[in-house]
Amino acid sequence: MTQTKVTSAEYIAEALPDPIGSGSAYMNVGTSERIISAVAGLALMSFGLRKFSIPRLLVAAAGAALVERGASGYCPVNNMVKRDTSQAAKPESTEITKSLTINKPRTEVYQFWRKLENLPKFMQHLSEVTQIDSKRSHWIAPVPGGIGKIEWEAEIIEEVENEKIIWRSVPNASVDNSGEILFKDAPAGQGTEIYVIIKYLPPAGAIGGTLAKVFNPAFKQMVKEDLRRFKRLIETGEIPVSESRPSGKTPTAEDNSMDKIEKKYESPLL
Amino acid sequence: MKALCYNNVRDLRVENIPDPAIISPKDMIIRVTLSSVCGSDLHIINGFIPTVKSGDVLGHEFMGEVVETGSEVRKFVKGDRVVVSSVIACGECHYCQHDSFSLCDNTNPNAFMPEKMYGDTMAGIFGYTHAFGGYSGSHAQYIRIPFADIGAFKVPEGLHDDSVIFCSDAFPTGYMAADMADIKPGSVVAIWGCGGVGQMAIQSAWLMGAERVIAIDKEPYRLRMAREKGRAETINFEEADVLEALKDLTGGRGPDCCIDAVGMEASGSGFGYAYDKVKQWAKLENDRPLVLRDAIMACRKGGNVSIVGVYSGFVDKIPMGAAMNKGLTFKMGQMHGQKYIPQLLEYVQSGQVDPSFLVTHKMGLEQGQEGYDMFTQKTDNCMRVVFAP
Ligand SMILES: NC(=O)c1ccc[n+]([C@@H]2O[C@H](COP(=O)([O-])OP(=O)(O)OC[C@H]3O[C@@H](n4cnc5c(N)ncnc54)[C@H](O)[C@@H]3O)[C@@H](O)[C@H]2O)c1
Ligand SMILES: [Zn+2]
Ligand SMILES: [Zn+2]
Repeated sequence: MTQTKVTSAEYIAEALPDPIGSGSAYMNVGTSERIISAVAGLALMSFGLRKFSIPRLLVAAAGAALVERGASGYCPVNNMVKRDTSQAAKPESTEITKSLTINKPRTEVYQFWRKLENLPKFMQHLSEVTQIDSKRSHWIAPVPGGIGKIEWEAEIIEEVENEKIIWRSVPNASVDNSGEILFKDAPAGQGTEIYVIIKYLPPAGAIGGTLAKVFNPAFKQMVKEDLRRFKRLIETGEIPVSESRPSGKTPTAEDNSMDKIEKKYESPLL
Repeated sequence: MKALCYNNVRDLRVENIPDPAIISPKDMIIRVTLSSVCGSDLHIINGFIPTVKSGDVLGHEFMGEVVETGSEVRKFVKGDRVVVSSVIACGECHYCQHDSFSLCDNTNPNAFMPEKMYGDTMAGIFGYTHAFGGYSGSHAQYIRIPFADIGAFKVPEGLHDDSVIFCSDAFPTGYMAADMADIKPGSVVAIWGCGGVGQMAIQSAWLMGAERVIAIDKEPYRLRMAREKGRAETINFEEADVLEALKDLTGGRGPDCCIDAVGMEASGSGFGYAYDKVKQWAKLENDRPLVLRDAIMACRKGGNVSIVGVYSGFVDKIPMGAAMNKGLTFKMGQMHGQKYIPQLLEYVQSGQVDPSFLVTHKMGLEQGQEGYDMFTQKTDNCMRVVFAP
């Protein structure tokens, strides 16, 4: 288990439990890998199709294959290399941590998050969360590209009012993940500090490993943008947008291509 | 509607683009009556600030008339005349609530970009690249004002547009420069740059009780304006050694307060200028910090250096030893318009400052390229070109 990265002794809760790996008899592509495949595939396709060229067509073809695999849960490559990522043979979980300060009282910040129905307002990959009982909730996320949706159940496994919430997807959920959020008063009346840890099970094995390497940063960015939207929503009551980003969406691959221009700020000579 | 858009480096075009619409209930739409060029636009047009895309509408210093308000706008109704701060602030975050509006946590939808470039995000700015939010600019017939209650200010009856428009950007910037320089009665103030921002810094220095104001530039007509409108003493840096002149003028002490109102595109002569120009051209250095170097060297021991001239990336050969050993204080930043504008409107209303002398040219958007060429090349004694869209 990876160590929690919130280092200050005060904040180390009992280490966040790993999500429980789940499997399905008829799929050799685990669901998290399916989502990643579909997202990756769509990204590659749109990149590949934007301009006609042979390398780009190849990229588009690879993208289409990934989407297909994401949608069907069956991967010919996985089958060929006898690799079954859906069994998740105790893979290392991936962990994302982020902390930020919200200029609102702790109780207000806690309550907004604890009302799980609020989560899709700022978590872009979710379409709906419904509370089943005081511990259990039902989560729905559309698969990008409108090719279906995935659903899973999660339960709160520990909770201290106005201080922390720890949750985990229930075994045999279709997405294996767990998370923890801590709430703390920020010094000098600056509101509330939140510390968030999210763990999920990435696909195992060589291909999954490569994919994970490519998409963990994207996933990480997504979680961070979600939390930024949380702050903005709770502080201002809205998620501010500009004409160039009219829906407050997570930065896309195209936006990130701005990186190229920014590279000059990283000149090794300076 | 018509809008003046960036097409390529030093290539602007008037395009027909869709009218803006209200997106959030706190938005309002105004019909732009005046929109000014600003030295900051030049950094974008000349290609020194990245993340501008062709089709982006430029312009951030403006005023207009309210044509539509969102359901949560409380301060304004249709028909109100308003002047708007060039930085967009939410009014709710810790920074906004401590009057540091340009540091707003929440108004930059592209926060991930400055986070990477600068380590954190700051406020969005109208018409000022995607790294600063990708908001549509004011060189257009209409513009959407997010967080209208926070960023827009009603223009008092009886004031002429020309006197009011610079309360949007140049005046608060110059005023903040003077404020950060901590000018007190008796202070000797040196101001580099006699553009709109420098001229407003001169006016503001007097408001804060400066004993003397010394202005530095190379354009004779701008220096003349500093003398005639700003009662400043002047140094032409092409004709005199600025450091020597400043010592000679101040009893050998140097100015108490040094203001950089030039920024990263400073010009000069000699080795330092050639060195920076070559590095900037080769993209090894973004900014030419000639003025910053001079300000540090000239400043009196224990004095204040206040920077409002914009820097965007890395600078080179900053005399840190001088700054450290002389015990200087530095303050800098994008201006916090929302903090200063109400007070500045009062100065204008009472007649203590009339910034209208900065308007040297008025044009339509169609002459946008021409206007920016004049402003860049400083032809026809151009101080600020103002578009009436
Ligand atoms: N901090 C802010 O919020 C803010 C707001 C507006 C403008 N600005 C910045 O302020 C600066 C000035 O803006 P402006 O609109 O007055 O621009 P401007 O281009 O009209 O004026 C700049 C002046 O600096 C002079 N100059 C160049 N090199 C010089 C040197 N070595 N020494 C002395 N003067 C020199 C030029 O001749 C010119 O007159 C720009 O960098 C602009 O980006 C900052
Ligand atoms: Zn400006
Ligand atoms: Zn704010």
